[in-house]
Amino acid sequence: MSASIAVRNSGTMLHRSLRHGVRFPMMLVTGLVTPVILLLMFVYIFGGALGSGADGMPGGRSAYLDYIAPSMFLTTVCYGGGTTAVTVSVDMTQGIINRFRTMPISQSALMAGHILGGVLRTLAAVGLIMAAAVGLGFRPHASGVQWVAAAGLLVLVTVGLTCLTIAFGAAAKSPGGANTAVLPLQILPLISSAFVATRTMPTPVRLFAEYQPFTPIINTLRGLLVGGPIGQDAWIAAVWCVGAALIGFTWSRRSFSQRR
Amino acid sequence: MAVSPPAIEVSGLRKAYGDKTVLDGIDLSVPQGSIYALLGPNGAGKTTVVNILTTLLPADSGTARILGDDVRRAERIRPLISVTGQFAAVDNLLTGEENLIMMANLYRLGRGRAKALAAELLEKFDLTAAGKARGVTYSGGMRRRLDLAMTLVAEPRVIFLDEPTTGLDPRSRHAMWEIVRDLTGRGVTIFLTTQYLEEADQLADRIGVLDHGVLVAEGSADELKRRMPGASVRLEFSAAEQLAAAAGLLAEAERDPKALALRVPTDGALRSLRVLLDRLDDAGVEVAKVSVLSADLDDVFLALTERPPDSMERPAAVAGRPTARKEML
Ligand SMILES: Nc1ncnc2c1ncn2[C@@H]1O[C@H](COP(=O)(O)OP(=O)(O)OP(=O)(O)O)[C@@H](O)[C@H]1O
Ligand SMILES: [Mg+2]
Repeated sequence: MSASIAVRNSGTMLHRSLRHGVRFPMMLVTGLVTPVILLLMFVYIFGGALGSGADGMPGGRSAYLDYIAPSMFLTTVCYGGGTTAVTVSVDMTQGIINRFRTMPISQSALMAGHILGGVLRTLAAVGLIMAAAVGLGFRPHASGVQWVAAAGLLVLVTVGLTCLTIAFGAAAKSPGGANTAVLPLQILPLISSAFVATRTMPTPVRLFAEYQPFTPIINTLRGLLVGGPIGQDAWIAAVWCVGAALIGFTWSRRSFSQRR
Repeated sequence: MAVSPPAIEVSGLRKAYGDKTVLDGIDLSVPQGSIYALLGPNGAGKTTVVNILTTLLPADSGTARILGDDVRRAERIRPLISVTGQFAAVDNLLTGEENLIMMANLYRLGRGRAKALAAELLEKFDLTAAGKARGVTYSGGMRRRLDLAMTLVAEPRVIFLDEPTTGLDPRSRHAMWEIVRDLTGRGVTIFLTTQYLEEADQLADRIGVLDHGVLVAEGSADELKRRMPGASVRLEFSAAEQLAAAAGLLAEAERDPKALALRVPTDGALRSLRVLLDRLDDAGVEVAKVSVLSADLDDVFLALTERPPDSMERPAAVAGRPTARKEML
């Protein structure tokens, strides 16, 4: 099958995926409203206490907002992953995949629709959360280059988590199962440097928090947007993202080609 | 090419799930431009056959060819075929029209052609009014019709329909039959499965009866009916005494006291009918009404797919079935 056909079919599949994005109100709620609520909660409920200035934490509510805003961008990517997994699972379990499989469409076109659609949908949600954070008073002091680097990292994280959650969705037996499979990814940011400094945690938790993938990603994002040490974290973050993308891609390719 | 190959050619097809054999050596051949109906009770293996022929499922052994190409070469088969699976495969979040346009785009028909074709198919399947509504809002029958319309977006040479009219009302079913006939008029080959014997009778050039993964009979509807020896004569009487007298004479007859009727097996020949009536006449039994019941496809189906002889109920059920074809004398 020629490459141009595959590209056109991928375009059709992407179009379909984007339409799904705007027509699945339930998913818009979990993908966008949950992060917004979390943001409000952390700023207005926990912000006063957590922004105490102690143990390397920022002092004051608005400084705390600066501290967690980058974390919320990442959390939004995780919630976007939930939508992606459910969308893929709906496709895989509700018959339409078998129609596509009997048609002269390459598997890569099918997957491209999901990957690109998921990435765009999630990045749109991240953009909206950014706007919400700015509305609440988030004032990043990043240079142009730092902005580009931060955006690049967000895109990389989104690609990685989208591929991974597509694999979850494709392997799940039902859309509900797909949603559950993504849950750990949505909880993981809580056990990282996202909302409190890791050094405030008891040792076993601290060790876990420091070595899990979200901590270097958040540290890098935070460093780029509001300042703070980055160091090795940038490379570690990139490696985690590329790893997630590769594993997710390989795994979903297998699930897509398997009939059930 | 010297001779054009059959549209579908299957030999020795086998498939098992674990140690459960689902297809146990299927052979069949469907000429181009004809309609083949696969009949069989639930779980017989019909969908499995369709899935293998449509590249969805690999067979364990045996060969299957579509227009001469082995189905294992999926990339060569898929452009030739179009499939309506047993369960509707429509996109619930898209409207009927968008579903059809998506299909047209996947076949790269071009924007204008896609829109025109979508409108045409919506019209053909009586969905124009629902064209702008999303799939989720469709009734089961509407979804089924949209599913069929999506199958016809391509111009395939072989179409597979797995129980295409299940869940359709009689009007939609007849409309569907018309569409199928129209397609074969254009040289398309149709392979369908169905639970409706009437459907096979109406549409199919050849019928295969599948049971427990084996083709237990194959032929045209008439050939299959002829295989059924069970034609019978129904005698109705005006009084219970007459019925009793006749039943005394005809030991093999089956009694229906409520209707004051007897059902007598016959070979269908005029001579044996005359002998039967003469016997009754000689004994002074008066027959009010005589009708000859020939076996219909339902009888054939039930007889062929009979369960193992552990139950004595089934044959009686065959004999007692109302039959579609009655020839009044
Ligand atoms: N994935 C599977 N795993 C195990 N067994 C299966 C699987 N798919 C089908 N079967 C079995 O194979 C047999 C044939 O199934 P198939 O779907 O082909 O029947 P069918 O003739 O289409 O039935 P129906 O009229 O109910 O649609 C059934 O006994 C079914 O339980
Ligand atoms: Mg079936």
